Amino acid sequence: MSQAAVEHAPEHYRSTSLPDPKLMMWIFLASDCMFFGTLIGTYLVYKNRSLEGPFPVDVLDIPITTVSSFVLLMSSFLMVLALHALRTDNIPRFRLWTFGVAFFGSVFLGFQVFEFSTFVKEGLTLQQNLFGTTFFTLTGTHGIHVTIGVLWMLSILITSYVRPMSSKDALYLEVAGLYWHFVDIVWIVIFTVIYLVEFV
Amino acid sequence: MAVGRQPARPVSEVKLLARPTWTRGLLSWLTTVDHKRLGILYILASFFFMGLASIEAFLIRLQLTRPGLSIVSPDVYNQLFTMHGVTMVFLAIMPLGIGFANYFMPLMIGARDLAFPRLNAFGFWVYFLGAILLYTSFFFGGAPDVGWFAYSPLTSLSNNPGTGTDYYMVGLFIGGIGTLVTGMNFIVTIINMRAPGMTLMRMPVFVWMILVTAFLIVFAFPPLTIALFQVIMDRSFGTLFYEPAGGGMAILWQHLFWIFGHPEVYIIVLPAFGAISEIIPTFSRKPLFGYPIVILSGIFIGFMGFAVWTHHMFTTGLGPVVNTAFALTTFVIGVPTGLKVFNWMATIWGGRVQFTTAMLFAISFLVTFTIGGITGIMLAMPPFDALVQDSYFVVAHFHYAMGGGALLSFLAATYYWFPKMTGKMLSETLGKWVFWLVAGGFYLIFFPQHFNGLAGMPRRIQTYPEGLGFEFWNVISTIGTFVMAVGILLLLYSVILAFARGEPAGNDPWDGRTLEWSISSPPPYYNFDEMPVVNDRDAFWAQKYPESVHAKPVEEEFEEHGIHIPGQSWYPVIMAGALFIGGYALIYNNWWLGILMFAVIVIGSYGWAFEGIGGHHIHPEEKEA
Repeated sequence: MSQAAVEHAPEHYRSTSLPDPKLMMWIFLASDCMFFGTLIGTYLVYKNRSLEGPFPVDVLDIPITTVSSFVLLMSSFLMVLALHALRTDNIPRFRLWTFGVAFFGSVFLGFQVFEFSTFVKEGLTLQQNLFGTTFFTLTGTHGIHVTIGVLWMLSILITSYVRPMSSKDALYLEVAGLYWHFVDIVWIVIFTVIYLVEFV
Repeated sequence: MAVGRQPARPVSEVKLLARPTWTRGLLSWLTTVDHKRLGILYILASFFFMGLASIEAFLIRLQLTRPGLSIVSPDVYNQLFTMHGVTMVFLAIMPLGIGFANYFMPLMIGARDLAFPRLNAFGFWVYFLGAILLYTSFFFGGAPDVGWFAYSPLTSLSNNPGTGTDYYMVGLFIGGIGTLVTGMNFIVTIINMRAPGMTLMRMPVFVWMILVTAFLIVFAFPPLTIALFQVIMDRSFGTLFYEPAGGGMAILWQHLFWIFGHPEVYIIVLPAFGAISEIIPTFSRKPLFGYPIVILSGIFIGFMGFAVWTHHMFTTGLGPVVNTAFALTTFVIGVPTGLKVFNWMATIWGGRVQFTTAMLFAISFLVTFTIGGITGIMLAMPPFDALVQDSYFVVAHFHYAMGGGALLSFLAATYYWFPKMTGKMLSETLGKWVFWLVAGGFYLIFFPQHFNGLAGMPRRIQTYPEGLGFEFWNVISTIGTFVMAVGILLLLYSVILAFARGEPAGNDPWDGRTLEWSISSPPPYYNFDEMPVVNDRDAFWAQKYPESVHAKPVEEEFEEHGIHIPGQSWYPVIMAGALFIGGYALIYNNWWLGILMFAVIVIGSYGWAFEGIGGHHIHPEEKEA
């Protein structure tokens, strides 16, 4: 039996032109919609049902969260630039923007840590009331998603120093990008549902 | 190659663990990524857990034989019916469908393997170890005893301080991850890995039903996973999701559970529909009647499966408008199901029917499932449901739907596909005995429960007083378990006999219609010598009887590049093992162990990613060398 090394692997036959990893990511995101949908649904069901304070209007800080939301949205913009740079084989730019995505994501996470610790100081904990329970679970799950995204971007960045990367690897950045944009979009929903609606 | 140019995946030299290469022995099974081996593992594990669930059911039936018995205590009885339900739904019947799909779906579409072979292995090990975790609860302070749907606030820490509930939540949480990734894997495989010419409307119905099932898994498991997660949070971190004292509402659990729970019924039964749609045409010597209708009904059932969950909650007081709406959607979902039954009957009609054991089971499925469907329509009426809610009528109904719908058809599938999987025939003479004992036993057990339910016997009771008129039918029901048990043991004997001195099956013992029959039995590890080209529905019949093909032959161009055999890997089983041990950390709030296992998972993910799919290529002409 001849064992051709896989480096010379030929292209595989596929019935559609959608690459497997990309299709997989779309399906995962569809499923993730249901995860966040359930969490957001739980938040809405329990909205205004906390028996004791602090209530959302007491603790939510719209200006600060607006800034952190803006940072997260801008990270999506950098994601697009990073993918474009990799597709055009502009590796220094690709590294710069990829680092930017991870950095902006980290800034967002920093805001979240600050927000959480402020809330706890003001008496809102997981166990305090239904708002605390649902708020921390929902935004915490989102924060974990962002953390995974940051780690993913940093891993891609480090990989680009370990082995040469070119436009042939764009698919893998694109898949990570799908994930990153999705996490962003979820934040827009969360920002609206938890923060903005409270002050309408 | 015309369609779907895809670059080969880059390979990295970074390796934490040497890539395993065993081809036989225990280690080869632990590290396998072959869909056929994993399919066999799924099927064996399913039958193992089905055995455990049957023992539990047996004890339940013994306890209920006569009024006032105390063979098991009420406490143990609660654990038995909980674990029987959980096991049958999550650990036995659903994975059995996934197992058959794992083995036969790639063969039916002419693929080498699933799209993500290592993920498939991970899915199996996570399911299996999650199930084992759930069962170890028997040794550590008692199994879950809150019913298979674990209604809140029964599950709160104050009402249920033991660890049984934690085992339920964590076990299903972990097992659910396995099912989810496998569902995603199936979708990518079916969309992307069909052989040239295998258009969507030429796919075998089994593959179609697996596709619908996979979508149901992808959308239905997240609500359950989150609900389980919320209870874990309540019990481990003191959150208030289901704490009435803090304003939490028990009804939310019911909604989340049944938003998952009703699609779960179809996750279990659609693969069974698919298998039946393969077996009935094969043994009727006719193509399936109304192929597009069967497919579209399956898709419609998939959609409607998400729109009927509240019929499980008619008596919770949601009001007449909600009840009416969900009664209507439930009636509607009966229509595509009925259409399928008529299509199967029309397939048999006018065919040259061969009454093999598989066909007998398939026909018994038609009858049994129809009865379960009719009682289902009865229960869909809120006034009637209010009368028989939580009675043995409901028990009889869902055993007719699940046991009759899924179990009988999977037994049909076992008789149909066993020759392909092992290369040996199961004895048809013994098979007839198995059929009559199992199907007869099934009717003896569950038909009387309709009467007991209408007479008012509640479910989940450990015993009942004399003189309420439940005695006679309970005795019959218990006798039925013995009959069915003999049938199942005979099936086991028949399997052993087949391995010992079964007739060789040959490639195509049933004159099959689908591609899996075109290769040897058992199939070679690389599946197909050459990529099959599909010219019509019932692809293998089209190859064998070209005069029956009316479609234009495929002119798509593709080049043979040899067959890619993905490399084995340690990571799936390591990651699953870390989740398994991490599950105990979550149950006993042992955070150091939890952090350790989390670290293993993080490192394992990197190992997995950098290991790459690997493997090697073989070429058809060199395979024998």
